[in-house]
Amino acid sequence: MKLLRRALPHPLLTLYLTVTWLLLVNGWSLNSLVFGFLLGWLIPFVTAAYWPDQPKMRAPLKIIAYIGVVISDIILANIVVAKIVLFKSNADRKPAWVTVPLDLRTPEAITVLAATITLTPGTVSADVSDKGHALLVHCLDVEDAEAVAAEIKSRYEARLMEIFE
Amino acid sequence: METILEFAVTLFLVVGGVFGFVGSYGLIKLNDPMSRLHAPTKATTLGMGGVLVASILHSILVEHHGSVHEIMIILFLFITAPITANFIAKVHIHRHETPKSLPPAGSDTVWATHAVPKEDEG
Repeated sequence: MKLLRRALPHPLLTLYLTVTWLLLVNGWSLNSLVFGFLLGWLIPFVTAAYWPDQPKMRAPLKIIAYIGVVISDIILANIVVAKIVLFKSNADRKPAWVTVPLDLRTPEAITVLAATITLTPGTVSADVSDKGHALLVHCLDVEDAEAVAAEIKSRYEARLMEIFE
Repeated sequence: METILEFAVTLFLVVGGVFGFVGSYGLIKLNDPMSRLHAPTKATTLGMGGVLVASILHSILVEHHGSVHEIMIILFLFITAPITANFIAKVHIHRHETPKSLPPAGSDTVWATHAVPKEDEG
């Protein structure tokens, strides 16, 4: 078992890299599957020193629902931000920094949350606090900073909490 | 049938183009560096998304062979765009913000970009 762990330090990453290779090849053949698996094994093996822990996921299937929520939010928020850019003068716009306190502790989960905040337009995650207990988010146009932080927490963080912790 | 398909592909191309344009226009119109950062992150999400969905539709329905490269492009963009935005934001914080000009860092003392490790002090 220990030997298997040494030889295959990140089975999920191996699977992910193999599938990525097959998608890049854009076609199915045994050749590309074998070569993809070879890459999928070699890359985690060589870089294992930089990935000391395996990310633990409690409910990986909920990722699908999370992706759905994020994509629909991206579309809706894009329209809102397009309206701000096209029709709102710079003087009326109220850009602001917002502090989002974090309940998440897993580094992977915080990374996903920060990426989600940046991808949903109108908010960009700029920085994390020195001990990792809060995110600094910049908003394009905001009336109530508290409400933005509360929405990020209830909409995304709560779901990531279920998936990762 | 062919016409409907072409309309669908055109619709996605136009939607992608409009959002790409709004993203680029925002880059000129918005007046402070952090707000400008919002524009390119928008162009990559819906702008690129629309063009790529049109490309997938066209290859499946008109050319009759599936293509998954578009999905990879979306995936790679969604992974890299937030990292680029984060690095630009960090540079901005380094050069133009002080711990006083930013909101307090929650239960911690300072934001990571302003944190100086003990061995580098003095």
